[in-house]
Amino acid sequence: MFDIILHIFPYAIAFTIPLLVTSLGGLYSERSGVVNIGLEGLMIVGSFASAAATVALYPVLGPNAVWFGLLAAVVAGALFSLLHAFASINLNANQVISGTAINMIAGALTVYIARTLTGSGNIQIKQGVPRVDIPFLSDIPVVGPLLFQKTYATTWIVLGLWLLLWFVLYKTPFGLRLRACGEHPHAADSAGVNVQAIRYAAVVISGALAGLGGATILLTYSGEFNGQVAGLGFLALAALIFGQWKPLGILGACFFFGFAATLANASQAEPALKVIPDVILKVFPYAVTLIALVLLSKKSQAPRAAGEPFEAGKR
Amino acid sequence: MNFFFRKELLVGLSAVVLGLAAGAILMAVTGNNPFAGYFYLFAGGLMNLERLGNTLAMATPLILTGLSVAFAFRTGLFNIGAAGQALMGGLVATTLALTLGLPKGLILPIILVAAAAAGALWAWLPGLLKARFNVHEVVSTIMMNWIAYWVTYYTIPTFFKGSFETESRLIPEAASLKIPLLTQLFSGSYINLGLLVSLLAVVVISVVLNRTVLGYRLKAVGYNRFAAEYAGVNVNRHIVASMAIAGALAGLAGATFYVGYTSSMQIGVLPSIGLDGIAVALLASNSPLGVMGSAIFFGILQSGKGFMNAMTKIPPEIGDTIIATIIYFAATSVLIERWFDTMAKNRGGKNRV
Repeated sequence: MFDIILHIFPYAIAFTIPLLVTSLGGLYSERSGVVNIGLEGLMIVGSFASAAATVALYPVLGPNAVWFGLLAAVVAGALFSLLHAFASINLNANQVISGTAINMIAGALTVYIARTLTGSGNIQIKQGVPRVDIPFLSDIPVVGPLLFQKTYATTWIVLGLWLLLWFVLYKTPFGLRLRACGEHPHAADSAGVNVQAIRYAAVVISGALAGLGGATILLTYSGEFNGQVAGLGFLALAALIFGQWKPLGILGACFFFGFAATLANASQAEPALKVIPDVILKVFPYAVTLIALVLLSKKSQAPRAAGEPFEAGKR
Repeated sequence: MNFFFRKELLVGLSAVVLGLAAGAILMAVTGNNPFAGYFYLFAGGLMNLERLGNTLAMATPLILTGLSVAFAFRTGLFNIGAAGQALMGGLVATTLALTLGLPKGLILPIILVAAAAAGALWAWLPGLLKARFNVHEVVSTIMMNWIAYWVTYYTIPTFFKGSFETESRLIPEAASLKIPLLTQLFSGSYINLGLLVSLLAVVVISVVLNRTVLGYRLKAVGYNRFAAEYAGVNVNRHIVASMAIAGALAGLAGATFYVGYTSSMQIGVLPSIGLDGIAVALLASNSPLGVMGSAIFFGILQSGKGFMNAMTKIPPEIGDTIIATIIYFAATSVLIERWFDTMAKNRGGKNRV
């Protein structure tokens, strides 16, 4: 059993990290009161931007091009999310419809551009994020090989971001205002908070993080842009809900989903896992989210004003 | 009322024009001639009987998923799960088509009813969760979409593996919705009996919404659920009913797609007819007749893009990009409405002078 865990652990981490960072993006957007189901599309945009930038810069920078790939994804995700921010904050549009439009535009437009650039709709990168051993820590028995050997640099970036985002959300004035906008925007407004500005910032942060999530998939385990991220954006949304809109809950939910998905993938190779049909492992995260929604329906921690446009005159 | 209708039509048409303009800009920016692009795009969808038949075949499932989304919208529900419901409808239809060896006249009704039931079941659960536990239907239908995706992903290769790992066996001729009469009439296109099913659905849904007590109550729940409850409507039951009917329509769409339009079931994709159905419904302002019109329009874009790609260098994804942009403009239609209002005001002012 330990062998199996040891074997699938790196894959599970690799799968969890992009999910986590995207889910944190969803957290910021929804805690400010803007539902963002465009996460999937924003991930695709990030994946595309990182692929294009990495390939374009590879001849000049070599292996270092990936860092600019990550940066490009963050910028592209943030810019693309402005479409959603404009529709849902300035125009009070239906946020779910706007998010759906984001998903559709992202999926079609990126492949259109990729085809114009490369002829096929795919972009292949030469080299992804380097894998590093953490000094000293990697020598610890059991834990070392499991956690600290051959880790992707992005894993540590994202875990660092998790800490930072938790701190910003709960320990800074900006975080307090952001949460207030998601719970009771009118109260925040009367206390002098610029609800629209805070929500803009939150949506752009969610776009940047989802872009980073898409780039992480591309630059770690996928290696090829093909116009989709296999529903991971929606899974991140599920993790957000399952984690009850809290950073720690999201961390737990993402690892949980990451392991469930990896078990399903690994069960081909591991005879010990064959007893559980693959379909059950794959369906598991979604079914669990549905059950969680039902169980927590009475005391859901969802931001109260999520999905509601803010109109200053309405009381 | 008449004025309102005209305004909605104007806003819809403006979204289309803006979407096409955005597509033209995209073509021009990527170094293509937009006039040639649009000429071949529309020629590819309408040029001859075969292409017209393909356009109608493409529009068939879109009419049904569009109706599905529009119907739920009227009750204030957002059915983003049409893709999953269509997938389950398609899976049940494919299963029956590959296992039942019945004559065509008998098997087709069975397939259609079973597919509608599967879709209805797949939407009934989110409806129930919404009514009983106030679980938001957007989230639950997204979850149901991915459950359907993985169920199909493992069912097809396990039981009905075809010549490829990712495909089912071919649907036998006797179980296909394609019939020689229609195929010959449209010189060998993909058009099939599903078109009649979808047109019938337009009529039925239109009558249900506008001429029946059930439709009146469903719309009442959509306008104001609390007012409807106060007036004695059982809101919970109507929410579940609305979702189930929407799911049945999407399930039918799946049947017309997987045993009509295509001849085998592919795994590993959520059918795009689900999201496109949202576009269709939005553009149509949720009116059944409008759904038919906008589905045929999107059908032209979808079936013409291949021809355009063959005649020019424009990638076929332009079709989806235009559709997606149209939804964005429909979602931000407040902007267009405001513009129309200012225009109307200005003109009124001038006339008075």
